[in-house]
Amino acid sequence: MRVVEKRQLLSAEEIGRTLQRLAHEIVEKSGGTKDLALIGVRRRGVPLSQRLAAIIRTSSSVTVPVGTLDITLYRDDLSTVAHQPVVQSNEIEFSVDGRDIVLVDDVLYTGRTVRAAMNGLFDLGRPRRIRLCVLIDRGHRELPVEATFIGSTVQTSDTEIVEVRLQEIDGEERVMLVDRVS
Amino acid sequence: MLQRLQHLLGIENLTREQITFILDQSKPFQEFQRHPLKKLATLRGKTVALAFFEPSTRTRISFATAAARLGADTMNLQAESSSLRKGESLLDTVRTLEAMRPDGIVIRHSSSGAPHFVAERLEVPVLNAGDGTHEHPTQALLDALTIRDRKGKLEGWNVTILGDILHSRVARSDIQLLGKFGTRITLCGPAMWVPRELESLAPKIHREPRIERALDEADVIIVLRVQTERMHEPALAAEEFILGYQLTAERLRLARPEALVLHPGPMIRGLEIDPVVADGTQSCVLEQVTNGLAVRMALLYHLVGGAPVDEPHPAKERSSAAD
Amino acid sequence: MLLIKNGRVLDPTSRTDAALDVLLDGERIAQLGVNLDTSGAEIFDAKDLIVAPGFIDLHCHLREPGQEMSETIETGTRAAARGGFTAVCCMPNTQPVNDSASVTRGIVERAAAVASVRVWPIGAASAGSKGEALAEIAAMKDAGIVAVTDDGKPIATARLMRQVMDYCRALDLPVIDHCEDPSLFAGGVMREGPTSMRLGLKGIPAQSESICAGRDVEVAALTGARLHVAHMSTLGSLEYVRFAKKSGLRVTCEVTPHHFTLTDEDVRYDTNYKMNPPLASRADREALIQGLADGSVDAIATDHAPHHPGSKDVEFDRAPFGITGFETALALGLSGLVHPGKISLMRLMELFTTGPARVLGMERKIAAGEPADLTIFSTDHAWTFRAADSPSKSRNTPFDGRAFRGAPMATIVGGRIVYRREAAARA
Repeated sequence: MRVVEKRQLLSAEEIGRTLQRLAHEIVEKSGGTKDLALIGVRRRGVPLSQRLAAIIRTSSSVTVPVGTLDITLYRDDLSTVAHQPVVQSNEIEFSVDGRDIVLVDDVLYTGRTVRAAMNGLFDLGRPRRIRLCVLIDRGHRELPVEATFIGSTVQTSDTEIVEVRLQEIDGEERVMLVDRVS
Repeated sequence: MLQRLQHLLGIENLTREQITFILDQSKPFQEFQRHPLKKLATLRGKTVALAFFEPSTRTRISFATAAARLGADTMNLQAESSSLRKGESLLDTVRTLEAMRPDGIVIRHSSSGAPHFVAERLEVPVLNAGDGTHEHPTQALLDALTIRDRKGKLEGWNVTILGDILHSRVARSDIQLLGKFGTRITLCGPAMWVPRELESLAPKIHREPRIERALDEADVIIVLRVQTERMHEPALAAEEFILGYQLTAERLRLARPEALVLHPGPMIRGLEIDPVVADGTQSCVLEQVTNGLAVRMALLYHLVGGAPVDEPHPAKERSSAAD
Repeated sequence: MLLIKNGRVLDPTSRTDAALDVLLDGERIAQLGVNLDTSGAEIFDAKDLIVAPGFIDLHCHLREPGQEMSETIETGTRAAARGGFTAVCCMPNTQPVNDSASVTRGIVERAAAVASVRVWPIGAASAGSKGEALAEIAAMKDAGIVAVTDDGKPIATARLMRQVMDYCRALDLPVIDHCEDPSLFAGGVMREGPTSMRLGLKGIPAQSESICAGRDVEVAALTGARLHVAHMSTLGSLEYVRFAKKSGLRVTCEVTPHHFTLTDEDVRYDTNYKMNPPLASRADREALIQGLADGSVDAIATDHAPHHPGSKDVEFDRAPFGITGFETALALGLSGLVHPGKISLMRLMELFTTGPARVLGMERKIAAGEPADLTIFSTDHAWTFRAADSPSKSRNTPFDGRAFRGAPMATIVGGRIVYRREAAARA
């Protein structure tokens, strides 16, 4: 598949500022950080959740636990994929029972990933509340899913793809809108 | 990119990379066993046929549980039940299976090569749950996972296998697997059950009829069951066997201090293994059972899951979140 | 009258290897020579072909009476003709067992009606081949048997072997034994060795055969009878045969083409590699080839053992033993023994003609007055064996699809061409 870059949505600096804002919003709108926990959805939700936790620690001196959730086993599209994707473990050192969870992911699109993430979370226990934090909301929901904490909302068409590049995974830092070409 | 495994017929034809991949993929499923809710939907809509021509409770339940936890349905064909008439030919059973259209077949059979027979005739993934005296690949994989977890790595250990090796498909699969990982393998048992040809199965392997010598420097000891259904020939009196080959606490002390004791189960406490050893800290038998479930889930996930190999998949692109 | 012209005649008895024409008159050979008076004769052009005495197969299974699903005298002999054989000796393990004159006569009469080649039945040694009482050997001899055996099984005990040998010595019949020790054989399905270990299949040690061969040689020494070791597959048995010959005993032996071609290493979960005796080790194969070369082995015999396709389509453990063999025998002999220079072409001819004949106490030669049985073949013709094209009812062969260099081109029995390779099919 060939892609062509259409425009940059967020620069590295803008990503940083957005995360700062999101971290503060999370603390403000949580009515206390006692039960708060961040869970990053593999892959790119993971470094995002870790950065958010670091910002929260720096600014409020509060240590919010962070975990990693792998949703491969909860995807609903596996029977259409020829090769089974490689499964990875979750890394959640704390119990989710009674927790105020903020799920963190890079892009919210159809909502299916979030649904799978919630299925995964409920297999682990019974959180008190789950809210969603995303860097980009690109619309085109196929399920009734909404994000509470949104970095930026972008209008996109079906053929476009929002590409998030993060230092920890991609070695560079930016968000782009790309288009598929045949 | 790992070549997609279509069947699991034996360890012999797996590469080191494929074995490592399976062990790595078993880890998320080990973690899964600790979830309060142990039910996934990832194989929902798939059916796994469990064709057990030989009686087996443990392995069959392990596979059935693995399938169920992945959300798959199972079809149970057992030799004792009417669905597999005694004496019905394997070919007829294959045709019956074909008509039922399962998404995967787990087969245990008393003839070596029976899984190959089925795999050659059906387009369905076949998992060997034990064929004759040939192989029991999932047992070897769970043994390897147990060793790797407890010891930190799989390569380069001294492993002693104790008992009737000639008639043990578990031993053969263990030998095949460990042989690919630089293991020094010592085979120990009554001479008529440890023939010379076994030494051709792996690079660093030798026979040692005296248990004291065989246990010296052992890092891992795999104790085999005394098989009643696969005909010990000649029959050896239990006292003779215990005298020469029972793994007692005293004999275990001859091995390395942190040596692991593995047993494919079910154990006959007091025969091949002293109860003190069976229940001691070096014994890994309970982990073997949990690991067996994880390995079988990983295998079913990869072999039975997904679209059939030749069906094209609709390319609905998602954002990079579905990585 | 039929004139075989332009061929290269190989006759082991006279050591003839020359460009000669052969004139056949009715059922007999009339003349050999050059520039023969051929007025009125049909001509067969044997240019670039070998003309040999008609091949004899000492060991085959025609399955009639009783197992006609797998083969009949008619279909089996058509396959034999296609393999260049002019005479075949069929084994008695039919249903009923050929242990009486009436069964023998039945076979002889059926063969007279439908067979493409000569059929010389071998009778059972014991009644029903049960290993207890003697079969009606003398009556069967009158009805046409050429030897006795309990093939499929060994002759059960040394004591019985002695009785059979004493009796047959007086009748001047050779005793053929399928050498096997049941207690060592014990449910085995292939040769015991690294391959059986790897495949998890129950192995049969080589000594299962050689212990019995040794026993039979001792009893032959005791009785002075003629002993022929069937489908010999091991060095151990060959050593006993060599010892027997050196001691002046009348002991002979045969080897099958698959035993001088394949080994146990070729076996996998494919029942086309399951036969009894099983494919042996490399060392055994080399020893057999040595024996074929130095004269210790007297004959090549196919042990053609057809099994209808359904019966072999089962797990290896459960499949019956046996593979077909008529049509690939010569080609395997050429490719495995002659082309690589292990034996001469003349020696191969001995193994197919005079060797088997001597075991039966007869002669096989191209000379005036002899029966007009000839095998005409090419040492070069390139072809691929396809089991589906065989006139045999069975397809159980490991050689399906194998390419060969050398093939039978025509088979003549009693002056009649019973097989001729089609020019179109020369591919």
